[in-house]
Amino acid sequence: MIVPIIFLILCVAGFFFTGLPATFLMNEMVIRLARNLILVLSLIIPVITGMGLNFGIVLGAMAGQIGLIVITNYHIGGGLGLFLSFIISTPIAILFGFLVGKVLNKAKGKEMITSMILGFFANGVYQLIFLVLAGTLIPFRNKNLLLSSGIGLKNTVDLAGIRYSLDKLIPFHKINLGFFQWLSRYPIATLILTLLLYLLVNYFLKTKLGQDMRAVGQDMHIAEVSGINVDKTRIMAIIISTVLAAWGQIIFLQNIGTLNTYGSHEQVGLFAVASLLVGGATVDKASWKEALIGTFLFHLLFIISPLAGQNLMNNAQIGEYFRVFVAYGVIGVALLLHAWEKEKARLSIDDS
Amino acid sequence: MELLQMENITKLYGENRVLNKVSLSIREGEIHGLVGENGAGKSTLMNILFGMPVIHSTGGFEGEIFINGIPFNPKSPEDAMKAGIGMVHQEFMLIPGFSVTENIKLNRERTNPTLLSKIFGNKLERLDLSLMAKDSRQVLDKLNMTVDEYLPVAGLPVGYMQFIEIAREIDKEQLKLLILDEPTAVLTETEASQFLDVVRKLSEMGISILFISHRLDEIKEITHSITILRDGEMVKTIGTDKISIVDIARLMVGRNIDMVKAKDEERDIKDEYILELKDFKVNMPGEKVKGLDLKVRKGEILGIGGLAGQGKIGISNGIMGLYETSGTIIKDGKELPLNNPRNSLNSSIAFLSEDRRGVGLLLDDPIDFNIAFSSLEIQNKFLKKIGPFNLIDNRTVREHALKMIEELDIRCTGPKQHTRYLSGGNQQKVCIARALTLEPNLLLVSEPTRGIDIGAKKLVLDTLVKLNRELNMTIIITSSELGELRQISHRIAIIYDGKVKGILPPDASDEHFGLLMAGETLDKVVN
Repeated sequence: MIVPIIFLILCVAGFFFTGLPATFLMNEMVIRLARNLILVLSLIIPVITGMGLNFGIVLGAMAGQIGLIVITNYHIGGGLGLFLSFIISTPIAILFGFLVGKVLNKAKGKEMITSMILGFFANGVYQLIFLVLAGTLIPFRNKNLLLSSGIGLKNTVDLAGIRYSLDKLIPFHKINLGFFQWLSRYPIATLILTLLLYLLVNYFLKTKLGQDMRAVGQDMHIAEVSGINVDKTRIMAIIISTVLAAWGQIIFLQNIGTLNTYGSHEQVGLFAVASLLVGGATVDKASWKEALIGTFLFHLLFIISPLAGQNLMNNAQIGEYFRVFVAYGVIGVALLLHAWEKEKARLSIDDS
Repeated sequence: MELLQMENITKLYGENRVLNKVSLSIREGEIHGLVGENGAGKSTLMNILFGMPVIHSTGGFEGEIFINGIPFNPKSPEDAMKAGIGMVHQEFMLIPGFSVTENIKLNRERTNPTLLSKIFGNKLERLDLSLMAKDSRQVLDKLNMTVDEYLPVAGLPVGYMQFIEIAREIDKEQLKLLILDEPTAVLTETEASQFLDVVRKLSEMGISILFISHRLDEIKEITHSITILRDGEMVKTIGTDKISIVDIARLMVGRNIDMVKAKDEERDIKDEYILELKDFKVNMPGEKVKGLDLKVRKGEILGIGGLAGQGKIGISNGIMGLYETSGTIIKDGKELPLNNPRNSLNSSIAFLSEDRRGVGLLLDDPIDFNIAFSSLEIQNKFLKKIGPFNLIDNRTVREHALKMIEELDIRCTGPKQHTRYLSGGNQQKVCIARALTLEPNLLLVSEPTRGIDIGAKKLVLDTLVKLNRELNMTIIITSSELGELRQISHRIAIIYDGKVKGILPPDASDEHFGLLMAGETLDKVVN
């Protein structure tokens, strides 16, 4: 509980130095929450299954981006384009999740570092495909996507076609009433979808499969002896996580409006993990509450820290340093705390 | 009518024959006791019956199993459960974070279909927690348990946990045979007697029980018939009323080694103590020592025996400071600081760990370095000084290794061979060589012959005896094999429940050893 409180204090203190109006801050926060909540949600199920923080959601993000690149290639925009990118990315994410799950089953107890390295490795394959094979082996219809040499994808892909296509799916701005005009400034449809997915995950944890996952997460050996197929359950957890991450990345990018072909996915795992941990989650305990609180606090700090740095030290860069420091720092501290508490638990079992 | 028949079961782990033509049969509603020392093959037999994966990953077994006359070959615990076999394992198979209900219904949850389950399969059916709780209440009532079925298991007393495990097994409707593996080991006396009542009740309900225990009086009290195993062989199956506890103890331990101990020189060991332990406690998981007092005489070989889990292994590890320790250790009249391995080594104590490959050896280093390593580290031997640097003097290391290889007859390709590739017996000799290099006057030896073939066993034991006689080195040998303790020790201390239960001369009778190991006092054999 101590971690979120510290972050809250940091945010409140920082807020006074920014001099920003609270309403502006809250508007910004609503948008950022809509953008990030599903990515953070994707981490919860692997934590409950005892596989730690799944840095492998980077692969899910890649699957989402592949979906986006495909629809951009065929100039399909709007709600249809968005829907299609979901449809395309889902089977790819399932495949990635299955492969990651297979690997993680071979590395039981070392899931976190393995999934992190898998993310780096997959990044290499991703670059090979889009930097070398695109335009040569893989034909592209939309030449604007390719570099001037005709080989390799451009650094940035303009997603103008689907920008805000989910955020503004419900056309509030067409209704000429003050309230609806006000609503139209917020990504209502995205928030509704986020809420639905959160409810779905919560519901899912109350099913037989969810119960199996909790059992596997608590003790693999006992689950095995009780006849639960441990390996299969773990793979299922990673598949669900990866698919959610793919959807999360699509929703993130439709809000941003541009795809940084070789960079957008890289930090996804890091920031999502940091968000969850800031909310007070640990390596083996997480729920929707932590996801919500953590995403809120982490991104609040993201907005505040550069401005606070600017106002305090006349240097926005300091705030930038600070937030990178915070992201890595919070992960480091969470892992340390986890190791420490595990040791403590071990000793207290011995004493009894 | 015979419910279960196991015929001529043989199981090999590699070359090691752990079960040899064991047969067992149980009638409906019968309580059948299974007794034997550690390593007699009880667990292996149960693992075969319960289809544990470890059996099939090591090449399966020979022999036949019948249930109600129908051949039965369990490949997984699931198969066994389907055939109506339930097992309460020695270690708890409860998930601490789950409630009593969730544990009882683990993987047999009651569910309701939902929209999603109709699309994606019945794995997505929703749990019906109230129905699960009702089921649990029913079985708990059968066991006269008042515990709230919604409580998490984590904070419950151990006694309750055992009953919850039983509740889980009898909640399975088709349960015909229940295997209880040392169920009373963790219970207090009143809990244990309650527990035995429950077992009787189950038997009256027509469920057969296979009862494994080291507490012989329990076995005698509750079972209808008994099978005794020793070293993987079936010694006897007999009706419980036809055999006494003393006879069971004798058959369990058996006299399967000749007393080859050379009686030629009964050296006179004076009452001078090299080591004293007072109120000695060691917090070693699974092998706890709970306030033990022991005096070791100078120049003797003291054997430490007892069943697994009673704390005998913890003693040497505690003296070396490898696990958290409290109490007093007096070595040569001086108090030894606790929890400090370096200090123990400095006080002329050397230790051969039971975990030879893990703690004992640097597996990827050559023999000569392994032999020199400890004294190099502790006593600054084998070093040469060049300027400000201490370098390893490879020449003396090699010479010393060659000497040791010859003296202890270590079979290897040369001092540069990596210890990983040596056989178990030769690895053990490298450990002994390293211990000797430290020139200790007290040598702690833990399970020296575990995983070593018979020929090498004898060599290792002979080496220990030689050290004791020629160098007058005091040796404390801890072993699960009573036979080897009796072969070389001057006195044998039997550890039970973290304390010394009694000290016996090696030629004491089998009954005495058997009874002490089972935690009985010796007055039972007086008649």
